[in-house]
Amino acid sequence: MSNYSVEAVSLNKVFGRRLIFNNINFKFENNGIFGISGPNGSGKSTLIKIIAGITSPSSGKVIHNSNTIAVIPEKLHNHIGFVSPYLVLYDEFSAWENLNYFSEIRNVPFDSEKVTFLLDRFLLLNRKDDFVKIYSSGMKQRLKFIFALMHSPQLLLLDEPTSNLDAEGKDKVYSILRNEAGSSIIIIASNEDSDLEICSSCIQLEQFKNVNSSVPSRGDILK
Amino acid sequence: MKIKAYALFKKDFHSELRTRYAVNSLVMFIIVAISVILFSIGNERISQGLTGGLFWVVIFFSAMSGLARAFVSEEERGTTLVLQLIASPSTIFSGKLLFNLILVFMMNIVIALLYSAMFDAFVIKNFLLFLVTFLLGNIGLAISSTIIAAIIAKAGSKGTLYPVLSFPILLPLILLLVHLTLNSLDGTSFEQSIFELAMVACYDVIMLSASYMLFDFVWKD
Repeated sequence: MSNYSVEAVSLNKVFGRRLIFNNINFKFENNGIFGISGPNGSGKSTLIKIIAGITSPSSGKVIHNSNTIAVIPEKLHNHIGFVSPYLVLYDEFSAWENLNYFSEIRNVPFDSEKVTFLLDRFLLLNRKDDFVKIYSSGMKQRLKFIFALMHSPQLLLLDEPTSNLDAEGKDKVYSILRNEAGSSIIIIASNEDSDLEICSSCIQLEQFKNVNSSVPSRGDILK
Repeated sequence: MKIKAYALFKKDFHSELRTRYAVNSLVMFIIVAISVILFSIGNERISQGLTGGLFWVVIFFSAMSGLARAFVSEEERGTTLVLQLIASPSTIFSGKLLFNLILVFMMNIVIALLYSAMFDAFVIKNFLLFLVTFLLGNIGLAISSTIIAAIIAKAGSKGTLYPVLSFPILLPLILLLVHLTLNSLDGTSFEQSIFELAMVACYDVIMLSASYMLFDFVWKD
């Protein structure tokens, strides 16, 4: 069982003069699936990117701990798996080449057995040598899940994870996520009811728009 | 970090072989630039000093047309996020710098060979001095172009911004390189050019240190 925790302390994000969210505090630990919901423009993707260390908050911080030791920002990418509609893989490479290069750049051994298993699970094994540019949007979305899971991350960040997937694809993803929830923390940012149904608790971002909002207790956030 | 940077370089090299993002524009630019110079001088015989100056002008503008692709192509294709998710900023910069170094050396060797073949006045009398100038100059050019490419990749008008931002940063380097190339063409000794060479080496070290310090801020949204 993974001993990973992610904690947000007084997170605040402003774009220009527009406040996206203010004073967000939470702590996710002990694995499980957690949700972030809110209307369009409420900052779901921004919050996911801040947790992933891709975007800096205007103020506040996110603390990642692995086995009670703080993860240094330079190594954060080794602990994270990320899926989102705006994530683009290399079109000029095949799925297999993409995944192989990602392993090499991460400097982790390419586990061909695990990658083959994941390709099979996401129904892409027969198309692994095709260029990504000829994949359908659903296939690209499934390949992103393989990219996110191939290095066994302790934290999975999923932004609109089931966009472009058909009903069968969604069921497949939910079943895999339930499985992964036993060994990692999964955070889903979505408006889809079916995505949020699998979450044990959910942050509603609308309540963090108020400039004067006080620091909510953990109970307020994790309804 | 070295292995990761090399892996990123390998990925970029493989990608370049398939897409030819940078090579096509570089080759076209080199051919067009040298042809324009040849046509514009016609039967006139240009001086050695002018040849040395034009040599670095062609290199400067060729670099403008091709080296920005290192980051711009990632941004245009939307693959920047993938890189952010698999490697630290220093690894990304090292990998891209390695790619640009190889590209700039290949490009400038072609330019130097074409120049020697096309211009009678381009006769190097102090080859060692030219070689060291060429080596240090290309390193400086690659470092500066890589960090400028990273800065402009997120901007809206990349095409305009790249030369505008490059000019003040590369001007001191280009002036020194033109001076050193003239020295190597007229046979000035290596010892007499050591101060300028030291200046170019300092430029390279300063740009490299500044780039690594700055890249973290440039890379993060």
